[in-house]
Amino acid sequence: MKTFKIDWLVLPLIGVACVLVAWSVSSATWAKELPSPLKTWEASKPYIVEPFAKRGEMDQGILRFTWYSLTLVAQGYAISLLIGTPIGFFLGLSKTFTKIFDPIIQILRPVSPLAWLPLGLVLFMSAGKEAGTYGALFTIAICSMWPTVLNTAVGVRAVPQDYLNVGKVLKLSRWKTLTKILVPATLPYMFTGFRLSLGIAWLVIVAAEMLTGRPGVGGFLWQEYNSLIYEHIILSIITIGVIGFILDRLMSLVEARFKAIS
Amino acid sequence: MAFLELKNVSKGFGGQRVLADINLSIEEGEFVAIVGYSGQGKSTLINLVAGLIQADRGEVTLEGKAVTGPGPDRGLVFQNYSLLPWLTVQENIALAVDEVFADWPTEKRLAHIDKYIAMVKLSHAKDRLPKQLSGGMRQRVAVARTLAINPRILLLDEPLGALDALTRANLQDEIANIWQSERKTVVLITNSVDEALLLADRIIPLTIGPGATLGQPVAVHLDRPRDRKALNHDPEFKRLRALVTNQLLDFNANRKVSLSKKLTRPDILPEDLDAPRVNRPPRRPGEEKRETILA
Repeated sequence: MKTFKIDWLVLPLIGVACVLVAWSVSSATWAKELPSPLKTWEASKPYIVEPFAKRGEMDQGILRFTWYSLTLVAQGYAISLLIGTPIGFFLGLSKTFTKIFDPIIQILRPVSPLAWLPLGLVLFMSAGKEAGTYGALFTIAICSMWPTVLNTAVGVRAVPQDYLNVGKVLKLSRWKTLTKILVPATLPYMFTGFRLSLGIAWLVIVAAEMLTGRPGVGGFLWQEYNSLIYEHIILSIITIGVIGFILDRLMSLVEARFKAIS
Repeated sequence: MAFLELKNVSKGFGGQRVLADINLSIEEGEFVAIVGYSGQGKSTLINLVAGLIQADRGEVTLEGKAVTGPGPDRGLVFQNYSLLPWLTVQENIALAVDEVFADWPTEKRLAHIDKYIAMVKLSHAKDRLPKQLSGGMRQRVAVARTLAINPRILLLDEPLGALDALTRANLQDEIANIWQSERKTVVLITNSVDEALLLADRIIPLTIGPGATLGQPVAVHLDRPRDRKALNHDPEFKRLRALVTNQLLDFNANRKVSLSKKLTRPDILPEDLDAPRVNRPPRRPGEEKRETILA
């Protein structure tokens, strides 16, 4: 029990302390504009103790902003899974499909969200007021799709021939082979892809909100930079990091469940 | 016309001949064992009968009809069990039963599944996942799954190869009992002469490849049920064992001569581990095949 606490509580706290010291020293010496940890805490307090307050469009509690960001991410993420998983299955099942689309995927995959967003805004320009939302969704979906696509494809190719032979001997229909054998056998791979995709979706949201000026953690960060309230930039960064960490943990739990079965 | 018939069947992979001129006819209700060395095409032979692969030349017929693809009339028990790991014992068998007896009412199907789980003595474990079972239990599930779809012929592809000697003996007795009560036509692939003698009516050795074919069949007229303890002292058993074993040893002796004549460089391609996973053929440890000769 004792070593457990040291490993999981004390050691990580030492890491946090190191960062705080480096931060304080920096703000006191070479980076005069960087607010100290104490000043950051004081300026952030109203946003943390009243996390759901709404004082204005761009002046809201930090969890309220987080909620806006999360809902947008959830939508974009859902789109990316709905499109990415079937594409992954096609890539895994058909060599021809792979030969046709794999080069394009490999080229589109490394493109930054900052490059996609303007294209998204142009695409949905006719939507008027909603163009920002649709553009952001487009960017989140297209950027976070690739890990799901590629992991699903690898998973489908890795389904043991023995499982498929079971289906063949029983003369399962194509649909039943898919639902009873292929999908369950691929699930562990799919969830690895889902977890990586969620990480990217959360990365993209900040960029998307900064450029479109939507209310949310990223939008707040950009606005406070323009208003010269640097404490809130740090608050936003910490919030984004913590939320991203929690999302990743949650997905890992789900992933581990599926890994345990097969 | 025989129940199952193979006429001049040949099969090769990538230019390499594996099986050549296989002629085999099996009567209904007969238990035939095919004995041979590892990697000489025993599994290929059974996959041909199962319809999972097609012969290059020759014809496989079951009850006069040509075998063109896999189907539930030929129940195949796989070498490595092939249970679906995300389904329980009951669900694994249900997948097969629901598909083959789709027109039955649900209660009848459930009762049918229970009956076969009981037959392999796994009623206490019906809600367990395969990974919670021992190797012997898994193979019993696989046998129950295959028997439950009531195939016309049972194909056993080294079903006991991966088990320890004691479990193996137990399962041999269970297979013998099941065969006594169900009287199915069975083709057993094995590398154990003793196993074949204990179970089969007829033993056919498979020669050594490339281009392996069937050797002289040996009829086994030992009384059933066969008691493994008594058999050890039975002169007829000893005679038959010598007959089969000598055939197998002679195949190998011939191979040694032919091998010393033509030595070729090993055809091995190094695997590029830096290549992205996507383009590499995926592997899972479970797919490795291990066999040993127990002659």
